[in-house]
Amino acid sequence: MLGYALRRVLSAIPIALIAVTVCFFVLRLAPGGPFDGERALPPTVLANLRAHYNLDQPLVVQYLIYIWRLLQGDLGPSMVIDGFNVSQLISIGFPFTLTVAMSAFVIATVIGVIAGMIAAVNQNKWPDYVLVLVVMLGVVIPNFLMAALLQLWFGVYLGWLPAGGWVAGSIPHLVLPVTVLAWPHAARISRLMRGSMIEVLGTNFVRTARSKGLGQRLVLARHAIKPALLPVVSYLGPGMSYLLTGSLAVEQIFGLPGIGKYFVTAALNRDYGVVLGTTILYMFIILALNLIVDLVYAWLDPKVRYR
Amino acid sequence: MSEVLKVEDMSVTFDLHDSEVHAVREMNFTLAEGETLAVVGESGSGKSQAFLSIMGLLAKNGRATGRAVMGDVDLIGMAPKQLDIYRGKDIAMIFQDPMTSLNPTLRVKTQLAEVLVTHRNFDKQAAIKTSIEMLERVGIPEPVKRANAYPHELSGGMRQRVMIAMSLLCQPKILIADEPTTALDVTVQAQMLDLFKKLTEDFGTALVLITHDLGVVAGIADRMMVMYGGRAVETGKTDDLFYDPRHPYTLGLLHSTPHIAKRTARLDPIQGLPPSLEHLPQGCSFNPRCAFAFDRCHAERPPLTEAGEGRQKACFYEGAMKYGEVA
Ligand SMILES: Nc1ncnc2c1ncn2[C@@H]1O[C@H](COP(=O)(O)OP(=O)(O)OP(=O)(O)O)[C@@H](O)[C@H]1O
Ligand SMILES: [Mg+2]
Repeated sequence: MLGYALRRVLSAIPIALIAVTVCFFVLRLAPGGPFDGERALPPTVLANLRAHYNLDQPLVVQYLIYIWRLLQGDLGPSMVIDGFNVSQLISIGFPFTLTVAMSAFVIATVIGVIAGMIAAVNQNKWPDYVLVLVVMLGVVIPNFLMAALLQLWFGVYLGWLPAGGWVAGSIPHLVLPVTVLAWPHAARISRLMRGSMIEVLGTNFVRTARSKGLGQRLVLARHAIKPALLPVVSYLGPGMSYLLTGSLAVEQIFGLPGIGKYFVTAALNRDYGVVLGTTILYMFIILALNLIVDLVYAWLDPKVRYR
Repeated sequence: MSEVLKVEDMSVTFDLHDSEVHAVREMNFTLAEGETLAVVGESGSGKSQAFLSIMGLLAKNGRATGRAVMGDVDLIGMAPKQLDIYRGKDIAMIFQDPMTSLNPTLRVKTQLAEVLVTHRNFDKQAAIKTSIEMLERVGIPEPVKRANAYPHELSGGMRQRVMIAMSLLCQPKILIADEPTTALDVTVQAQMLDLFKKLTEDFGTALVLITHDLGVVAGIADRMMVMYGGRAVETGKTDDLFYDPRHPYTLGLLHSTPHIAKRTARLDPIQGLPPSLEHLPQGCSFNPRCAFAFDRCHAERPPLTEAGEGRQKACFYEGAMKYGEVA
């Protein structure tokens, strides 16, 4: 198991390098630069700035400098927000984003798995139909519209929850954003879980379990859930990355102080360092998540374990 | 000998979108304590569904009517919760495909021990210990190692032994084995049948052996029941049916089996195809394939009636049947 994990980590390194390279050059293909403001800067100032950030060097040299610093754990300075480097900006914004995304992830996964199971066990009865409806809403309504509807209903009309903004440590402020994020995720998971659970309930080994008189609860808990979780688990890695990226938009809508704020402004201002830094961070998280998912998968499915 | 199972007028029906299929119709038979009953018949004749219904394991669109009385309880129509008191304890079942019948995500010992924990209130350690003893008893070498293995680490024959061990943990009164050797290679088949014979004798368990293979029946069964088109068409002692079949279908079956048709140089499969359950012929279901059918067979369905000592048949024809006259 440990060897397997190690092999996976090693194999992720070239993937990471390729991804960084692609990001670096694609970003530079976009027109404009960090210092193209509304008011043009005097040429000498501009030249100084460009020299300061190595932007006057050939692109390949810039790339090598970037990689060299990256290997030392330095994501470089922000070119737009004076006096901050990228790591600082990330450490200010990212914990918040991670909290929101993780809450949505945990809540959505638990709800999705349980709802999918209930629907599978009650296939084509009312709980199943209710689920289909709720899932459809989650998948069909885009998050900005869902956010607006919830803000209107619970924030403005009922006044139960704040419609937006942030007060440090306030959980009510997180309820709506987390709901908007979690809903589609829970929807997808419950669909997956329902399908795989129905499949598992029809297998010979579940029939064997029933023939042993174990009782419905034990049949489900011990014999059906674990194999039914396999497709759900393989979805969790990509699922979490959807949540992390989705969080960027949702934070903007609700005016939350996550990394989304910096990322969106940085992208608009061509703040190369911040955009690249955030992208690289996300990439590492996604690679790590996929690794975790694969390990969980191996734990669930003994056939994978010894490969 | 007292009877452990009495089945009366049992039928199994499946609902399809706009019609229904009668997979089993009005079955009547008894199973005596400790005996081995072979159930034979072509594919689709209702063998599996008949016994799955007794175990309460029919597919969702299936329902059973009639009675299957074990001791003083009727298993047909019993709520699953109630059934769970008896399933795995007094009546157990082994399935055709050992490769898929064990849970791939659980260790062998877990799947065995849970039976004892559920039905005998064993604590986990004692249950595992007893399970390992049972694995040894069904001829599994290195039972401790195998107990800790996952099913995919075992061969098909080994898995079927595990299934046998699992089914016998509570020393059930009845064991239903649905084509337990079909998926195994021939050498393993013979060992497996010896094992069945020995263990069911040791435990006094009555064995229902569902099979296509009359060779298997000859070696192990006390009695046999021949099924055709969802009905039992002939029952009786194995020897009686083998040496003196009274139903043309039984005769046909015997002559389409290699070892038994020694007298002839070639095999003679029964002509025609098994009937579609949705469009059974008028009268006797077998009449389109029967060389002895006469007017009455096309008009009326023969009931299962006494046909000599300890045997029954569902056939109007009373004359002598010689092989070769079967069309
Ligand atoms: N869920 C179902 N819905 C509809 N028909 C079914 C269902 N399950 C079984 N049947 C039908 O019931 C009939 C009897 O099936 P059964 O499994 O008892 O056959 P069998 O005698 O065991 O055959 P085999 O030797 O191939 O196992 C078949 O014609 C089958 O198509
Ligand atoms: Mg069958």
